[in-house]
Amino acid sequence: MLMQEEVAAAFHPGNACIVSFAARVLWLIPALPMMAAGVIALLKQPQRRLSAGLAIGSLSISLVLAVMAFAHVVAGWANHVAVRETVDFTWMQVGAAHVDLGWVLDPLSAIMMVMVCFVGLLIFIYSVGYMAHDENFTRFFCFLALFAGAMLGVVISNSILLLFMNWEIVGLTSYLLIGFWYHKPSAAAAAKKAFLTTRIGDVFFLLGVVWLFAQTGTLLFYNGGGGSMEPLALGGMLATHSALGLTAAGAIALLIFAGAVGKSGQLPLHVWLPDAMEGPTPVSALIHAATMVAAGVYLVARVYPLMAAGIQPGGSTTALMVVTWVGALTAVFAALIAIAQDDIKRILAYSTVSQLGYMMAGLGLGGVAVGMFHLITHAFFKALLFMGAGSVIHGSHDEQDVRKMGGLKDKMPWTFYTYMAGMLALCGFIPFAGFWSKDGILDAGKGWEVSRWPFYLLVFGALLTAFYMTRQISYVFFGHTRSEKHAHESPAVMTVPLAILGFFATVLGLIGTPVWPWFQSFLGSSPAHFEFSALGESGMLMVSSTLVVLVGLGLGWWFYGNKSPKAEEPDALERVMPPVWVVLRNKMYVDELYGVTVIAFYWWWAQVADWLDRRVWGGAVAGVAWAFRGMAQLNRLFDVHWVDGGFDKGCEELAGGGGLLARVQSGRVQTYLRLLALAVVVLAAILIWSSRG
Amino acid sequence: MNGIPILTLLTALPVVGAVIALFAGKHARTVALLTTLAGLALALLVWTKLPADGAMVLVERAAWAPSLGIEYHLGVDGLSALMLVLSAIVTLMSVDAAHRVHVRPNVYFCMVLLLEAALFGSFTALNFFHWFLYWELSLIPAFFLIRLWGGAKRAPAATRFFVYTMAGSVGLLLAFLAVFLSTGSMDFEHLTAMAATGALGQAVTAHLGPVMPWLAVGVLAGFAVKVPMMPFHTWLPDAYAEAPSPVTMLLTGAMSKMGVYGLLRIALPLFGHQIAQMRTPLLVLAVITVVMGAFASAAQKDLKRVFAYSSVNHLGYCLLGIFALAVPAAGAAVQTSQAAALNGVILQMFNHGVTAAALFWFIAMLQERSGGERGLEHFGGLRKPAPVLAGLMGIALFASLGLPGLNGFVGEFLIFRGVFPLSWVAASVSILGLLVTAAVILTVIQKVFTGPVPEKWASFPDMHGGERLAMAPVIGLMLLIGLLPQLIVGSVNPTVMNLLAHWRF
Repeated sequence: MLMQEEVAAAFHPGNACIVSFAARVLWLIPALPMMAAGVIALLKQPQRRLSAGLAIGSLSISLVLAVMAFAHVVAGWANHVAVRETVDFTWMQVGAAHVDLGWVLDPLSAIMMVMVCFVGLLIFIYSVGYMAHDENFTRFFCFLALFAGAMLGVVISNSILLLFMNWEIVGLTSYLLIGFWYHKPSAAAAAKKAFLTTRIGDVFFLLGVVWLFAQTGTLLFYNGGGGSMEPLALGGMLATHSALGLTAAGAIALLIFAGAVGKSGQLPLHVWLPDAMEGPTPVSALIHAATMVAAGVYLVARVYPLMAAGIQPGGSTTALMVVTWVGALTAVFAALIAIAQDDIKRILAYSTVSQLGYMMAGLGLGGVAVGMFHLITHAFFKALLFMGAGSVIHGSHDEQDVRKMGGLKDKMPWTFYTYMAGMLALCGFIPFAGFWSKDGILDAGKGWEVSRWPFYLLVFGALLTAFYMTRQISYVFFGHTRSEKHAHESPAVMTVPLAILGFFATVLGLIGTPVWPWFQSFLGSSPAHFEFSALGESGMLMVSSTLVVLVGLGLGWWFYGNKSPKAEEPDALERVMPPVWVVLRNKMYVDELYGVTVIAFYWWWAQVADWLDRRVWGGAVAGVAWAFRGMAQLNRLFDVHWVDGGFDKGCEELAGGGGLLARVQSGRVQTYLRLLALAVVVLAAILIWSSRG
Repeated sequence: MNGIPILTLLTALPVVGAVIALFAGKHARTVALLTTLAGLALALLVWTKLPADGAMVLVERAAWAPSLGIEYHLGVDGLSALMLVLSAIVTLMSVDAAHRVHVRPNVYFCMVLLLEAALFGSFTALNFFHWFLYWELSLIPAFFLIRLWGGAKRAPAATRFFVYTMAGSVGLLLAFLAVFLSTGSMDFEHLTAMAATGALGQAVTAHLGPVMPWLAVGVLAGFAVKVPMMPFHTWLPDAYAEAPSPVTMLLTGAMSKMGVYGLLRIALPLFGHQIAQMRTPLLVLAVITVVMGAFASAAQKDLKRVFAYSSVNHLGYCLLGIFALAVPAAGAAVQTSQAAALNGVILQMFNHGVTAAALFWFIAMLQERSGGERGLEHFGGLRKPAPVLAGLMGIALFASLGLPGLNGFVGEFLIFRGVFPLSWVAASVSILGLLVTAAVILTVIQKVFTGPVPEKWASFPDMHGGERLAMAPVIGLMLLIGLLPQLIVGSVNPTVMNLLAHWRF
């Protein structure tokens, strides 16, 4: 602890008044791809080169700007300055309150924007090859560019409202791209499911946003001491109590986390992500693996001061405990389901859900740097795996069933070797990137003083990960070919991005090892030193986690390695444990459960609303109408027998217009006009009477 | 009062246009287009005259029947000016959309213009007498438009529409009778000032006994039917469905706003205290309107009925904001929430008007191209033959869904920002409406635009140049407000502050 305090003292915050050039032009990073999307939207179908060029060009400039901003933050870090520069403006003024938007350049946003631009650019380039034969090529790049812009908007936002707005647009592009092949009913249904499932989380998020705004009076995260993530506002939220024994801080944090649960496919809102694989594979790689689904994790990291408000040393907060448990349970739950899937992309999708669980657990257990490190490494190796899977699908003529593949090792060497790098990184095999980031999470779990169970769950998840990935590569790359279709290697526009990502999947972890924890220091604004003794401290854990991975790989190879079963044969695991297999194969029946609960409720309640409308409200109105008719009859008798002729005649005249209408349909208009005429006469009488006095 | 009575001219313009249209025969639509364009220009001119302090401007006063409390009194603030602009836009859209009226087009466009005049009149009147005249007169052209140019079941729908809304007015009329009897005034500004000091309640109680709550109920009933608030909405689905789509645009885009406007101009200023005391049951009804409107919309199979109920849901947010803000202001935090809610309500009125009108226009296009089909299940895969229609209607649908970056979001965000601190339960339950609306809208997109193309729609015509040109400004407006809401809020917020300062709860 002492050392950390010294470290913090050595770092001083940047001068808030001076905003660097890099921070001032930060808005261009999301704006350029968005503007490109706008232009592409106006292009015609045949203008393919121009559309791809605009998208790739704009994102390239964004990447340059992002690297520039990143370099600025790194330079600050090297000079022991904790850079946090914000540019804010008022979007509108309501009452005395300002609805503020703005952007922030700090280590968190800097590292994230570089990742998004870089991975995004590679996937854009890859898409030129993958989507080459699609008739809606132009539209595809329009949506991709819009996505990139909105995602970068999420990253740089200094205002929770601006973040939310971009967050929703990201959801829109995800919807559009999942349903890109809209003529397929399954794709259209998957797109709708994705949007609605994430929106469940988003409406809670919106409540969190309005509550935070109402409670703190500001939408900005950082604003020279007046932002919602700064001590003054946090203290106020901690001092306010709300329902369920939570402080306002805890309740708002949980509402915001609900948004992250939806977007990042955490339990119980994970069901949309596997279905989202209906979209083209570059979309799966970019949106549903590397960036958008990680936005939930990024959101939690961005509001981490709120999540951790009031934390005591050795303890945790309600919000962080929820984050941890949701993450750890999701990690294991999704890994289990991944074991029994046959679609190459669905296996990876469940794997993504599981890894997002690791990131969440990392945030809850160890803080921003731990979770974010896994986010960054995962973005590279999971994008690689998806693009590899795309290359496999492309090369084997749109086959996605792993059991119908086999022996692709020799036919697609580039794809194979890069895929292996990604697979070993995902399994957390030393020294690939995923090893270091996963190890950080396990290390934090081991030290968590609240409970040891998340740690055990995450270790078990690591075993499962190694197992299902071994199953997958055994089916796809090893053994004999089980398909008559002739597989071929993909073009260079696809394999070169694979090779670049393969390189990073292998070495990227070296920026955050225990020996040289640069990543952690950078995000935590503290200096990084080479510390070989650290290897000894965490050595035990590294060895044991490596052993766990080896057991998983070994088990997988034992079950599936070089077996080449026919596609009709039962799966090796199915033969050993049929009941377990059936449950996992059916994705633990979560979709079915929602079908008979949430969706059934929706339809049932819609019918109730419709029935109420037709029968009850309509009936009540009919009753009133009858009552009016009765009154009208009485009124008529009254008229005939008691009222003098002049009054009656006046009524008749006024009702004349109504009589015309009444002939049209029913007597109700006439009755009513009679009443109105009466009222007017009474009014006139009173007016005359009162004006005399 | 400056030299030119601009508001009187504004209201007179469509009346003149109506008379010319009646005698213009086949050229009636051209006359109507020119008139509504001029109306829009005038309304925008009015909008530019708004002062920074949110007070009434362009005031015109003329003695009429002083002994009866009747005075010709006009004026606009941010609220009424925005409604003028909205009415002008929606009427223009409606006239533009009504290019297929072949039966007695001169009468049709005459009626449309008279309706516009009634709208302009009611949004500028500041004396109950002529405000009520416009309020009632608006029903007559609307009735005939539904009755004579509507769908198969137009006759009962038109009658129902007419009777319900008029029945609602009885309460209004009686309430004002009582108010006039007690105070000798029918002037909104004068009565608002009296209500702010509590003198209005005292005067009424002194003359007629403790009837103020009953008067509030009468006034609320009149507006509840017009908006509509559940369960006073049963006239609406049939009227919206049976009216020709351009008329539905007018009904939902502009006429429904007369109800919300009345709540803001009459009910809250005069009966704020009584409404505050009835706040809980009213909030319950508002939440029911939001949630059940959305669910009822999910059960519909007819596109026009889907969006009829969806309109109920969207206006439900206005009711939610209005009733939630009816609390005695205790401190700056409550005032900020009230201001946010009221700004949101006014924005929502405008946004819903534009978006709903656009949606019914798109439905009209679908009907024209399919020989009158409008069933949810009758279409499919239309995005392939008609990509531009799918794209532009998609934007309007997402605006209705409340997607950030488009107009609908801003109003809903401000309403929830305002309502949540004032009644977190109402806000939390109403948020279900956002979810169900999203489900409904995505289902519409799924059923109409995705999937394989049925053979009969294989050559479904896309939007042609003229239609694209007509729709472009509307879509542009949705984006503009979504991105730069200050354009509207900047002029509305001073009025909001001004209104809140004069209301007593």
